[in-house]
Amino acid sequence: MQWDVVIGLEIHVQLATRTKIFSGSSTAFGAEPNTQANAVDLAMPGTLPVPNEQAFRYAVMFGLAIDADIGRRSVFERKNYFYPDLPKGYQTTQLEQPIVGPGHVDIDLADGSSKRIRIHHAHLEEDAGKSLHEDFHGMSGIDLNRAGTPLIEVVTEPDMRSAEEAVAFAKKLHSLVTSLGICDGDMSQGSMRFDVNISLKPKGQEAFGTRTETKNLNSFRFMEQAIAHEVERQMDILEDGGVIVQETRLYNGDRDESRSMRTKEEANDYRYFPCPDLLPVEIDDTFIDDCRSRLPELPDARKARFKEQYGLNDYDAGLLGGDASLATFFEEAVSHSKDAKLTANWVQGELSARLNAEDRLISDSPISGAQLGDLIVRIADDSISSAGAKKVFDALWTGEGDNVDAIIEARGLKQVSDTGALEAMVDEVLAGMPEQIAQYKEADEKKRKKMMGGFMGPLMKASKGQGNPKLFTEILKKKLDS
Amino acid sequence: MHNKSVAELSRALASGEVSSVELTQHFLDRIKQEDGKYNSFITVCEDSALDEARLADERRSQGNATPWTGIPFAQKDIFCTNGVRTTCGSRMLENFIPPYDATVTARFRDAGAVCLGKTNLDEFAMGSSNESSHFGATTNPWGENRVPGGSSGGSAAAVAAGLTPAATATDTGGSIRQPASFCGITGLKPTYGRVSRYGMIAYASSLDQGGTLARSAEDNAMMLNIMAGFDPKDSTSIDREVPDYTATLGEPLKGLKIGLPKEYFTDQLDPAMAQTIRTAVAEYEKLGATVKEVSLPNAHLAIAAYYVIAPAEASANLSRFDGVRYGHRCSDPKDLMDLYTRTREEGFGEEVKRRIMIGTYALSAGYFDAYFLKAQKVRRLVQQDFVNALKEVDVLMSPTCPSPAFVQGEKTSDPVTMYLEDIFTIAINLAGLPAMSVPAGMVNGLPVGLQIIGDYFSEARLLNAAHQFQLATDWHQRKPA
Repeated sequence: MQWDVVIGLEIHVQLATRTKIFSGSSTAFGAEPNTQANAVDLAMPGTLPVPNEQAFRYAVMFGLAIDADIGRRSVFERKNYFYPDLPKGYQTTQLEQPIVGPGHVDIDLADGSSKRIRIHHAHLEEDAGKSLHEDFHGMSGIDLNRAGTPLIEVVTEPDMRSAEEAVAFAKKLHSLVTSLGICDGDMSQGSMRFDVNISLKPKGQEAFGTRTETKNLNSFRFMEQAIAHEVERQMDILEDGGVIVQETRLYNGDRDESRSMRTKEEANDYRYFPCPDLLPVEIDDTFIDDCRSRLPELPDARKARFKEQYGLNDYDAGLLGGDASLATFFEEAVSHSKDAKLTANWVQGELSARLNAEDRLISDSPISGAQLGDLIVRIADDSISSAGAKKVFDALWTGEGDNVDAIIEARGLKQVSDTGALEAMVDEVLAGMPEQIAQYKEADEKKRKKMMGGFMGPLMKASKGQGNPKLFTEILKKKLDS
Repeated sequence: MHNKSVAELSRALASGEVSSVELTQHFLDRIKQEDGKYNSFITVCEDSALDEARLADERRSQGNATPWTGIPFAQKDIFCTNGVRTTCGSRMLENFIPPYDATVTARFRDAGAVCLGKTNLDEFAMGSSNESSHFGATTNPWGENRVPGGSSGGSAAAVAAGLTPAATATDTGGSIRQPASFCGITGLKPTYGRVSRYGMIAYASSLDQGGTLARSAEDNAMMLNIMAGFDPKDSTSIDREVPDYTATLGEPLKGLKIGLPKEYFTDQLDPAMAQTIRTAVAEYEKLGATVKEVSLPNAHLAIAAYYVIAPAEASANLSRFDGVRYGHRCSDPKDLMDLYTRTREEGFGEEVKRRIMIGTYALSAGYFDAYFLKAQKVRRLVQQDFVNALKEVDVLMSPTCPSPAFVQGEKTSDPVTMYLEDIFTIAINLAGLPAMSVPAGMVNGLPVGLQIIGDYFSEARLLNAAHQFQLATDWHQRKPA
């Protein structure tokens, strides 16, 4: 039987506020356990939450960016359940009156078409702490640094029909929130986490099948694998005449396995009710207008501009325009290099390769956009060869130097492009190679091409590596072929 | 010395007649000698109180004393006190020492007041008799075996017994006014949002309000001057100017319009109680007030609504007591579930467990609409009744309680009878209004309070009305034998 796959996503996006959603503790990642948890985060008796205005601003900016209705009256509710990393015994979240109402995000598909994914709503809530089950001799360690970090949970409609679409949506959302500057987008630190709802139905059937939810996927790759895995699992069951159990599942990306976490029957009764410690928040036009005025250029608009302004092709414009930090870097580089295509190639080539190899974000690149731009100027004006350019790049990366021209100078990488000087060198070198010249003259075109290297080697040596290879080749050809 | 009011003590300190150290030592001695009978304190802060008194005397000598500098007072053991054990009357917090001050605590500290200790209360403020405290029941100084009321029974008994001139208190359904009535002292529950709840251990967040207990209206006014005001740490506190509540105490009552809710004066009201309250109201008429009957048609629904909303909020508020981060933890938990269940089973008393269960039930899937949502609707009706009535009159008056202090143990086996204790007070919490209890007479040799209810933020008016009554009567000056 042919099956349609139906996918909906719930995405937790950590907001890049300096402090927590209901307390003044820092949200910075990576501190010693429990050093960023104050009395409010620890849910000490009598402590009370105070909402962080910046979290509301970020949520509204997100709402505006996805063309959503903004909830004018935003109500926090308590979601009750016991867990050691949930200090109050309830999560403060939104249910009936979320801050962001229905909206949409358009994704680009591989065939060049575009598809609209509807957003059901997005709500503000607090993150839980972390339970650590290793290294505690059979007990668990609790780290509450993350507890109270602001999140928006974005809930889509079940509009995606394949893993590719789901991943395209996830990447687009990532690009959107990082462009907005409301999330650092660092998935390895849990800044975005995906829950995937998947169901299958016989091809063409209207009604959806029973869905499962796979929780807490924190990379695009795991998400894609988890979807493939779950689709296959459900298909096997259905084709054997079985039924899908509505349940929450956990996917282990390292082993490509999944297991049931709890079924619908085992689900908690969360006993939501409006939090009496927090009054409903009224969002007025002034606040919304202020948020709108803070909206930066968004990925779709930037992509279009990159095509227009820099003459980039669709692929380059989408890639460089889709990531806010990458786009900023690229534009800084171009403002120096004045050569968009060559800059695009270097950003996506050498730079991306080095960043990936060292697992760094563009924001921690040791090379600035300005430096790369300056380097590209010297490539474009033939001051250095491409081999020389890589050496300059290395020196910048390792911090051996910070000025492109100074590095070229110090390392003697400048190409000699003075044709008079180069011709003299060619004459001198050829004078010592009569046998090779004779062989060359007898050879056919194909063989001659191969033999060029035999002349270039001594030439480069004679020029101490500084002769412009392109000009050497031209001069050589002229002399030998005459 | 211990029979003097806060206002009198403030003057005595200012004139140099007495030092804060002397005054503090005097009250500490009183507590040591007398409190064995009442059990009104859970923790006495002997050392820190004397330290604070010394600092207060020093501050006064430097010329920057406030009216409260050097005045001893007691704190209901529900307000967190930095470095001083704060139990909330529960085994769960038997050894809990907060590393922070409640805003109320900080405000008294800033004013230079001296904290004598932490007073007894019903566990987590759940009760009307002070019998549910893990630290033993408090006895009413007016009668052996009589309850002091609850949940601020320790504060009320300590003031009535002359162990402290004033005490902080909280009121979720009558927990300031009923003990004030039972112990023959004056108490004020302010408008919801008037006093910060930060650091005040939550029972039912939308109803809890910190307030004052002292002998006189004037002393209550002095306390409220310290406690009232916006607090950025409490999102439900209200940013509104705080008047000097002592400044308007002397205003005449001529023309004050008093409403008597007919639903509170039915045949079911004990005749002696009714007579006492009518006599007090007649006193107001002599002072120039006019009286009319008003109606609160939904008043009879208040207790039912309260006993859904308050336990629902409590069921979530008390989830944090899980044995993970602070407070009681059972010994040798087998696993997580065992840690939770045994910690909470051991740490909480019967009444607290009862309310957690009621609240959990009321919020459960399938019951939420019938209980919690319905109760919220009733709450709005009750509130609207008061708003309507207060369009016609300036204040409402009623008995604070259906009877004087009852005998210990009399109602502990029947929770519903105990809940009915709050029949005149509970609706005011649902409405979020301010109200006072003022000593207004004696029934069977026990004090009885008059409840005065006002519009939102009319505390100055209530205190003025109470003060004028106290100038004309001496009920608030009667002391237990």
